[in-house]
Amino acid sequence: MSVIEIKDVTKVFGTYTKEVEQLLHNNASKDEILDATGATVAVKSANLKIEQGEVFVVMGLSGSGKSTLIRLINRLIEPTVGDLMIKGKNVAKLSAGELRNFRRENLSMVFQNFALFPFKTILENAAFGLEVRSIPKKDRLEKARHALELVGLGGYENQKPNQLSGGMQQRVGLARALASDTDILLMDEAFSALDPLIRKEMQQELLQLQQKMQKTIVFITHDLDEALSIGDRIALMKDGEIAQVGTPEEIVTNPANDYVKAFVKDIDRSKVLKVKHIMRPANPQENTDANPAIDAEALLYESYYSFKNGVRELTVKDKGEVAGIVEFEHVFEVLSIGNEVEEDVR
Amino acid sequence: MLDNLPRLPLSEWTSDFVRWVTSAFDFIFDPINNYLGTLMNWIINILEFIPPLIFILIVMGLSVIFMKKKILSPILIGIGLLFIQNQGLWENFIDTTTLVIISGLISIVIGVPLGILMSKSDVFETIMKPILDLMQTMPAFVYLIPAVAFFGIGMVPGVFASVIFASPPTIRLTNLGIRQISTELIEASDSFGTTPMQKLLKVQLPLARPSIMAGINQTIMLALSMVVIASMIGAPGLGTEVLSSLQRAQVGPGFVAGLGIVILAIIIDRFTQSGSTNK
Repeated sequence: MSVIEIKDVTKVFGTYTKEVEQLLHNNASKDEILDATGATVAVKSANLKIEQGEVFVVMGLSGSGKSTLIRLINRLIEPTVGDLMIKGKNVAKLSAGELRNFRRENLSMVFQNFALFPFKTILENAAFGLEVRSIPKKDRLEKARHALELVGLGGYENQKPNQLSGGMQQRVGLARALASDTDILLMDEAFSALDPLIRKEMQQELLQLQQKMQKTIVFITHDLDEALSIGDRIALMKDGEIAQVGTPEEIVTNPANDYVKAFVKDIDRSKVLKVKHIMRPANPQENTDANPAIDAEALLYESYYSFKNGVRELTVKDKGEVAGIVEFEHVFEVLSIGNEVEEDVR
Repeated sequence: MLDNLPRLPLSEWTSDFVRWVTSAFDFIFDPINNYLGTLMNWIINILEFIPPLIFILIVMGLSVIFMKKKILSPILIGIGLLFIQNQGLWENFIDTTTLVIISGLISIVIGVPLGILMSKSDVFETIMKPILDLMQTMPAFVYLIPAVAFFGIGMVPGVFASVIFASPPTIRLTNLGIRQISTELIEASDSFGTTPMQKLLKVQLPLARPSIMAGINQTIMLALSMVVIASMIGAPGLGTEVLSSLQRAQVGPGFVAGLGIVILAIIIDRFTQSGSTNK
């Protein structure tokens, strides 16, 4: 069973009249509905299933409805229509009190601009989710301290947020979410306000933490590189609709429509796709030891060097175990699809 | 043609209304008058019992605690208070201080909750805004008239008029301070499952604190200006000196008493401002 299941969820800002309902039913576009009724459709019949332990990225440009979608999951924004099943409970139907308890126990969120409380110390900020649950001060500060150490901020406990750099502030935001010890982590453009180097670093650390924690992470971003590098699966949104859901490899090599195709056209696949995305299962009869080994997490371009002296196949290893085989022809093929030279351009 | 229209009897209505309120709510006004009057006399007696020099040292000590790392302010406050004592205005100074503090406290106790309610409800905000505008633009003297009707003359009507005149800034700035908090911080609070009360106490009020403190500062300043006007209805204090100097056209004593008010204003301002910085 999926941890989070979004069923036909629609969010309309403005009054939801019969006319809007009818237009939605007739599959009118966002702009048509806005012109006709003045109501803004932020999310349009979204359907998603998010599985336990995966990093699920929702990506789209501004105005695509991705921020609304993540706020629908913890109901910071009320859905207009549809059901939101989280761990088998329909969150859309919870009362205010039930929703509070559900949020406390199951959902924590990391924000784009960190949303730290300036009057609290780093430690108190990290303990906020526990403070809300009325956990005794000693226990919550202990847990918060542990969470701060996890994100590499041990020793900063008594500083105030404005004494820290952006990257460090977001670590506090992450620690606050981790300290609450919820299974589901919602990250709203969590790294978008950081500069590129720090962002890369934070992405790597998030993945490392995730290997230990195995939480279900819903990550919102407008950055395709970020989506491809951290997502187990990606949902691409356009104008409130979900254009495609798939693994990074599927999105890049098999775009569902022209919009997605245009989106992924210019990226350097060799620096986005990982070896594990394109490997094939190893045949039991194959002598996998004969091939040079490569780590499953390696990016495609990192494999180039191994394909020398006539080597045609590499053995992919994940934590020392044989995970599959990656073939030279396949690497080449994946890199070339969609990059056909268009004649009319010349 | 317009001259033929009968005059709208608004002033009669107002008079009747105030007369009605006076008699109908007598049972409220009388005890307030008694208890508040007794309480204030009590405070005044205690404060006057303290020898001025000790009082000055206590205020200087408090200013050192409140305004950390500043040396100059306590010294200037000490000099100012010594000047008031030197000019023979000490008892008037104590009276005015007590009136300002009581009016200020009542304004805050009424104003902050009203401000919170305004920030929670758009309807209430829409209702309150014109009322606050009226309260602030109506000439302050006008409040003295119903104050006398309700409470007679003395300190309590002075406090009543001051509260009406002085509470709007606290109400407005509490409302504004809460409404100005960034949505992301409110979302952060909500996303961790805060109850409305937790959100108010742990997030909204601390974040709005600088704004609320600025409002309280303004309120106390206005209360001070009103307390001076309230001397016209028998509220004792530095204002009485100013008023009597005015009636006798004595420039010198009027200036000295006015200076005393300025010194008190500066001292109160420094104290309340030291709370409005948020680190």
